[in-house]
Amino acid sequence: MMEKKDYVLNVSERRPEKGKFLAPLFKGMSYTLKNFFTKPITIQYPSERREVRPRWRGLHRLKVDEQGELKCVACGLCAKICPPQAITIVPYEEEGETRYPKEFVIDEIRCIFCGFCQEACPKDAIELTKVYDYVDYHREDFQFDIEKLKTPERFIFTGK
Amino acid sequence: MIEFWTILIIKTLVVFAVSMLIVAYSTWIERKVLGHVQLRYGPMRVGFHGLLQPIADGIKGFFKEELIPDNADKPVFLLAPIISIGAALSLLVVIPFGDSITIMGHKINLYLTDLDIGILFVLGISTIGSYGGMLGGWSSGNKYGVIGGLRASAQMISYELSMALAVISVVMVSGTLSLVGIVNNQAGLWNIIKQPLAFFIFIICGLAELNRTPFDMPEAEAELACGYNVEYSSMKFALFFMAEYCHMFVFSAMVTTLFLGGWHGPLLPGPVWFFIKTFAVIFFCVWERSTFPRYRYDQVMELGWKVLLPAGLLNILLTGLWLLVFNI
Repeated sequence: MMEKKDYVLNVSERRPEKGKFLAPLFKGMSYTLKNFFTKPITIQYPSERREVRPRWRGLHRLKVDEQGELKCVACGLCAKICPPQAITIVPYEEEGETRYPKEFVIDEIRCIFCGFCQEACPKDAIELTKVYDYVDYHREDFQFDIEKLKTPERFIFTGK
Repeated sequence: MIEFWTILIIKTLVVFAVSMLIVAYSTWIERKVLGHVQLRYGPMRVGFHGLLQPIADGIKGFFKEELIPDNADKPVFLLAPIISIGAALSLLVVIPFGDSITIMGHKINLYLTDLDIGILFVLGISTIGSYGGMLGGWSSGNKYGVIGGLRASAQMISYELSMALAVISVVMVSGTLSLVGIVNNQAGLWNIIKQPLAFFIFIICGLAELNRTPFDMPEAEAELACGYNVEYSSMKFALFFMAEYCHMFVFSAMVTTLFLGGWHGPLLPGPVWFFIKTFAVIFFCVWERSTFPRYRYDQVMELGWKVLLPAGLLNILLTGLWLLVFNI
């Protein structure tokens, strides 16, 4: 014999007695009527959006400094630590100037949004934004270059 | 003579248009109410709060591909939806929307005809409508369709009796078979107070006749895929669908006429009261659908034959005794 637990719901004990069928009907009707006058909990997606957590890991952004230059120095740490190897960097350096990436491509299909690149970056140049609903037609469109990575907010889906 | 025909044609067109509009929008009401009961919104995209959704659905229905199964009985297959919608629409003839009004010196009755046997007409034609579903299921060459059609006819036979018994007690109280006469008879006191038991029997049987949820055996999605209309597509399916909602509107109008006092009511004009009451009954139909699970098939039959039929007979007996004793 199993011992009786509070959280186990025994349906056969809660079944109404024979002949008691009208009261449960009205109880059900009142429950549905109460629901009818409750505000729906649906979020109307493209126009209303769910507020995501502050540490949400979405599309990447390459940060720029006050002069509008990329903070990135193309050290390659993010590309090194990236588990699916989604980051490709081609560095460029002139004599006496700071190093900067000539090409910086993130394959957003390969990316697993782990956030390691953000943590590895010594210059705080890359971060993950809250943009989570990028859609497009071709696989090539998911190869994000520097231009796309600078402003990921414009890819927020609005239903237009 | 010309005046008579003009008025008749205009009235027919108006009744047809208004009723089709109500039929279209009762699908909208159904989806909205079901959605809100489940804490959803229902249709929201097409027009303000989905108000154009029925029109979009209709356009979609017209442009879908027509399919006729190879082993279907083609003439009957084509005829079935027509029977269904034809019967449903011809019921609109006798609905009394309101009393007579005067427009430009012409006295106009707000109903198409006042048949002496109006209520018998409603019972008879609504039964013919059930042939649509039955033949449709039978002729489509699909086992689910056949089972759905058979269930529809069995249920119809069982519940038509109790419904007629409920109506008979109303007729006994009113002393007339004409729907306008019945409404006029309720000017002082509505029949729901005189005949509460008949009201309950009529509501339950009506829901069974409409094949709505506690009794939706003919189109039980979980068991029968879709029931009698499983092989129908495009506008033929839409005709079945419209017939179903048209029957729902007629049923609501009948409840209003027989029990809720028809167009009688304080302050507001008659037709407004009629439509308020009718929409309240339509809301009730959707509300109970959102609440109750489906009966098992043997339980449906048991309820019909062992509970509602004796209750109807008892009600007639009591009404007869009451009329005899108080000599009204």
